[in-house]
Amino acid sequence: MSELVFTNVTVRFGHHTAVDDVSLTVPAGQVVGLVGESGSGKSTLAATAVGLRKPTEGHIRADGKVQMVFQDPYSSLDPRMSIGNSIAEAMPRGTDKKAEVARLLELVHLDPGRASALPARLSGGQRQRVALARALAGRPRVVIADEITSALDVSVQGAVLNLVRDLQRQLGLSMLFISHNLAVVRYVSDRIAVMKAGRIVEEGPAGEVLEDPQHEYTRELLAAAPRRHTRLEAS
Amino acid sequence: MRRLTVLRSPVGAASAVLLTVLLALAILAPVLWGDRAAAIDTDALQQGPSADHLLGTDQLGRDIFFRVLVATRLTIGLALLATVIGVVTGLVLGSVPSVLPRWAARIVISGVNIAVAFPGLLLALFFAVIFGTGTIGAVLAIAFAITPSFARLTQTLTASVSGRDFIAAARVCGVGRFRLLTRHVLPNIAEPLVINATLAAGSALTAFAGLSFLGIGVQAPSYDWGRLLGEGLNRIYISPAPALGPAIAVVLAGLAFNLFGEAAAAGHRQRSHRATAVPATTSSAPDDGGLLTVRNLHVSFPGGITPVRGVSFTVHNGEMIGVVGESGSGKSLTALAVSRLVEHPGTVTADALEFGGKPLDRTPDRELGTRLAMVFQDPTTSFNPTKRIGRQLSEVSEVHQGLGRVAAARKAVDRLGAVRIPEPERRAKQYPHEFSGGMRQRAMIAMGLMGEPQLVIADEPTTALDVTVQREVLKLLATIREDRSAAVLLISHDITVVAQTCDRVLVMYAGRIVEELPTDELFTAARHPYTTALLKAVPDLDTDRGAPLAVIPGRPPEPGEIGRGCPFAPRCPLADDQCRTEEPELTDFGPDHRVACWKSETELAGVR
Repeated sequence: MSELVFTNVTVRFGHHTAVDDVSLTVPAGQVVGLVGESGSGKSTLAATAVGLRKPTEGHIRADGKVQMVFQDPYSSLDPRMSIGNSIAEAMPRGTDKKAEVARLLELVHLDPGRASALPARLSGGQRQRVALARALAGRPRVVIADEITSALDVSVQGAVLNLVRDLQRQLGLSMLFISHNLAVVRYVSDRIAVMKAGRIVEEGPAGEVLEDPQHEYTRELLAAAPRRHTRLEAS
Repeated sequence: MRRLTVLRSPVGAASAVLLTVLLALAILAPVLWGDRAAAIDTDALQQGPSADHLLGTDQLGRDIFFRVLVATRLTIGLALLATVIGVVTGLVLGSVPSVLPRWAARIVISGVNIAVAFPGLLLALFFAVIFGTGTIGAVLAIAFAITPSFARLTQTLTASVSGRDFIAAARVCGVGRFRLLTRHVLPNIAEPLVINATLAAGSALTAFAGLSFLGIGVQAPSYDWGRLLGEGLNRIYISPAPALGPAIAVVLAGLAFNLFGEAAAAGHRQRSHRATAVPATTSSAPDDGGLLTVRNLHVSFPGGITPVRGVSFTVHNGEMIGVVGESGSGKSLTALAVSRLVEHPGTVTADALEFGGKPLDRTPDRELGTRLAMVFQDPTTSFNPTKRIGRQLSEVSEVHQGLGRVAAARKAVDRLGAVRIPEPERRAKQYPHEFSGGMRQRAMIAMGLMGEPQLVIADEPTTALDVTVQREVLKLLATIREDRSAAVLLISHDITVVAQTCDRVLVMYAGRIVEELPTDELFTAARHPYTTALLKAVPDLDTDRGAPLAVIPGRPPEPGEIGRGCPFAPRCPLADDQCRTEEPELTDFGPDHRVACWKSETELAGVR
């Protein structure tokens, strides 16, 4: 099956340790949500999984291809390349590219007739769908989603989250879903891992982590997450 | 289409005409006048200008005017050839480091760095000696003199593009290094490279003329402008025309290339930046007692784009008001208009735009600087990185309140303490990079408190911050409001942030306020379909994980796309013909509650 396993992964930049001895498993067909503050090492960990960065120590094992969707759909698509070509570029050799592009665009609810459009003609939400389609074009078994909704408007964010959930279930993907937004992570994840200062401080089934957090930092995050009917008073 | 922007400026148009004439001459002159330029006339040796020979004749009696025209082809051809060779070599040297193994890349980069240190003309002379005198030698000399600066430019541009996500995305997809370079990097840096190549062609042309003039360029019997100039110069005191003719040709052609390049570069810059200036026109209207009164505010840009279309609201003393909307809703521009920060070419108009009972455009800067504080989204770019935090704060009081340096510094420390920055005295002596993001945002708020602000405008103050820090900053704003009875206008795309902290909420959509209501009623009594849809679309810790999230179909309209009717109608489940043809006004729905919707009476399913 298609697991993604990080074993004792450490990444150092000079004297700074961005990821500190992290072991984490994304079980086959499940979504693991990774939460933490900016600078906690979430994105660096993700970069090691797709080979954008080499771990200083430890190793990563993935069964099947790993693909990644980036945070900012405005910079993750080449502005000079049509969205169809961007998607086709990621396909394995010997694919009927035209038909596959149409199928993938359809899969992310975009009009296949727009394959020749440049990214500038698309809204942020549509671009993020194209980025998803490109990630799927490589027929991955594991997908890493790095803050994929944080650059989107709230009215569009919901549609992208729904799509991610549907696709993950439909295709049986294993997914590492990274976000600083606990509410968003809670919505899509089967398991939740909490990262702070390069380390995973808590990991477990989503329900348990949210209802019975063991680490103090998890409790702090939960308390800070906005809730509908609580008011923040002056301190 | 975009290339044509060059032609819009007078300089660009003039240089384009000149270039066209030069190219036409280069192609046609040898065909039309080649024979006349070569015709030897032993009866008319070394004559001055006359009706027959406009620029006179040379020592073999050949007409210099026609020789100048005919020489256009060789001069421009060689200059372009040298440029092409130089640019291509530069491009290769500049981009191979991204394909080579690291050690080889380092060698290439160091080589380029050393070569860049030598002046171009010096390199050209050096190469000219190595390659020997003659046309080929001169072309190579000039080409290799252009190469280093081009290699460096390509390196720098490539590095700036390589950091972008789409390159990382392509790498993750398994795109090879070479294809990455040709398909993703080069197309994205082509524009500045082309502009610089045009400039390089201009300098190649003059440099070539220089080499030929010195006798190490084109050799007889071939001739280019530089050679003609050299020949004419021998008798410049007897007859200046034979030297001036080719000289003028060199200057004109050099100018044409350089000015065209400059105009293209200016057009390129214009597309990436916007100019600044602050025009604001307001007419006064009766004051209704608010601290900030905004009536029928419009912000528009050239081309009939009006991102803020008639916004009216009042902020009372000590009130905390939230403005919610998506990007493009006009919320930030509204805030900028209120703080007089709308940039040129934007124009601000309003029936009333008053702060503390006075029209904003007549409030002196000094007064506005102390009574109104602005907190921006990104605290990193709001501070000068080269100055200590304390100094940046105290300057505000020195400028706006005329405090002495010592008193202002003491006040800065006091205010840093007021926003709960630990050890304010030590922190005041630190630079912005020594502060964390949340700390910087607090320092920004402290800067606003250096005056005695009656109104704090915070535009997405917590968006760049982590959730735990976000809560601290929001609490701080609430505290300031309580302790100093200052009003706060909090702008956010996140309705839950606003709901937690504010007394009243203004919901903006497509440049207008579509609903205004007390925060307590937000989740129970919101009437505008957009407000209720927003509330349902955002997941929080109580959202049902089993059901799909509520979705608002479509996307918000761009400011240029707003037509007749309610701008939300295309996305609204309740929209009917009236909604599509008439835009509803913001009308009273109950006490403290205003809605702009034809369907506000329709019973909507409760939010929760």
